[in-house]
Amino acid sequence: MRILIIGGGMGGTILANNLARRLTTELKSGKARITMLSASDKHMYQPGLLYLAVGRITPDELYRDQASLLEPGIEFHVDPVTEFHLDKNEVLTRGGKTHAYDVLVIATGSRMVPESIPGLAENCETFYTEETALKMFKRLRAFEGGRVVITVGVPHKCPMAPLEITFMLHDYFKDRGILDKVKLHYTYPIGRTHSLENVAKWATPEFDRLGITYETLFNMKEVDGENKILKSEEGSEVPYDLLIAIPAHKGMEVIEKNGLGQNGWIPTHRHQLNMEGRTNVFVLGDTTNLPISKAGSTAHFEADTLGENIAAMVKMGTPVRDYDGKVFCFIEAGKDRATYAMFNYQNPPDPKAPTKAVHWFKMAYNKLYWVSARGLL
Amino acid sequence: MAERRIIDARGSFCPGPLMELIAGMKMANVGEELEVLSSDKGSATDVPEWIKKVGHELLGTREENGVWHIVVKKAK
Ligand SMILES: Cc1cc2nc3c(=O)[nH]c(=O)nc-3n(C[C@H](O)[C@H](O)[C@H](O)COP(=O)(O)OP(=O)(O)OC[C@H]3O[C@@H](n4cnc5c(N)ncnc54)[C@H](O)[C@@H]3O)c2cc1C
Repeated sequence: MRILIIGGGMGGTILANNLARRLTTELKSGKARITMLSASDKHMYQPGLLYLAVGRITPDELYRDQASLLEPGIEFHVDPVTEFHLDKNEVLTRGGKTHAYDVLVIATGSRMVPESIPGLAENCETFYTEETALKMFKRLRAFEGGRVVITVGVPHKCPMAPLEITFMLHDYFKDRGILDKVKLHYTYPIGRTHSLENVAKWATPEFDRLGITYETLFNMKEVDGENKILKSEEGSEVPYDLLIAIPAHKGMEVIEKNGLGQNGWIPTHRHQLNMEGRTNVFVLGDTTNLPISKAGSTAHFEADTLGENIAAMVKMGTPVRDYDGKVFCFIEAGKDRATYAMFNYQNPPDPKAPTKAVHWFKMAYNKLYWVSARGLL
Repeated sequence: MAERRIIDARGSFCPGPLMELIAGMKMANVGEELEVLSSDKGSATDVPEWIKKVGHELLGTREENGVWHIVVKKAK
């Protein structure tokens, strides 16, 4: 069975390694073959960008060579896919190669699209790429005080990032001794400070305690850069001196261009993770249209399910289990405290008050990630 | 009539049904109808609240076997 994985990010890498370990014998005998096509020879630990934006790590710490993370037996090419021919069970790459498959897995991730809001890209700082996170940090270093507005687009990856960056900015300015000159103001798309009700329940009083003001039911409409005003769909206007945005996201262009899903989100079965209407195409991570968090942990748990299922398809012709919607997210509540939320389709999360211990566990996980990507954790 | 866009947000705690609707609205055309499926009863109040604030149109809300179906029309 020829298994072709498109995307060497969190989901694709964990799945490829998981499969390679389950299928050692089949890979040796030639009964199975795993090929990965990706757009980069580097693997970025994206959650690290949050720390880069506040000067707590350097860019080199974000990367490993993708090939070094893969189990032997996985064929890896840096050659992005440009065309999907699902009816022919083939993809075409930028390098002009055709790859045929029996099972296809699409894990191409998502990207921010600040250009979807007029005036946003030119006037905001953000941290969703290495370049923008570095630029944001340099801007923070030069900032001497004023009104800092944190604003959030929908959908976006990492649901905890809006709160995390707000608390981290608070502590950053405090450490620099200029907190009294800074006014932090947070906006959020729905009617509370976070989509998870129990998270909002501790975040809101925390904002009140720290003097962080907030406006909910606020969806960005446009930015008037000249007058430094952020306007919302709901009709309000917020002045800023420094605008920090978590822009809305889309899936990759190649997905939409090939008609696999509007805005790059592929219609995906919530339990089997196959692309709707296709039995040999699976989807994983940010690029699904599932109503769950676009997070690394989601990609990880989905990859665990798919690893088991695709290996079972090779060995006995049928998948064996369902994905239950599991997500686990750490939530940094400042520079030295954190909590976490765990939930699935059936059970809501119940995050506890932030502690130092959870923060240090998250710091350890930032290193352990490389073990996790190898599929060992 | 064009087919209604279904937003299946059952079992969604994060981002949640309203966020799914906000994302869905961006992909819809003006005049298009969207139906949100939610297993969270809070959606029966927070979706209409947002629809009203932004100025879209609420066409109806009903509950069937623990699932709320909220139908809205993109007005602008
Ligand atoms: C600032 C920030 C903080 C975050 N914090 C957290 C956190 O604390 N916890 C958490 O769980 N998640 C967090 N995330 C989210 C997490 O990083 C993503 O959800 C996760 O990486 C998604 O995995 P993926 O495999 O779907 O996509 P990615 O990991 O983005 O991988 C996509 C892969 O596809 C490849 N690709 C793209 N186009 C093509 C193509 N045409 N052909 C072939 N390959 C292609 C890319 O090169 C890449 O290798 C954070 C993200 C950011 C940006």
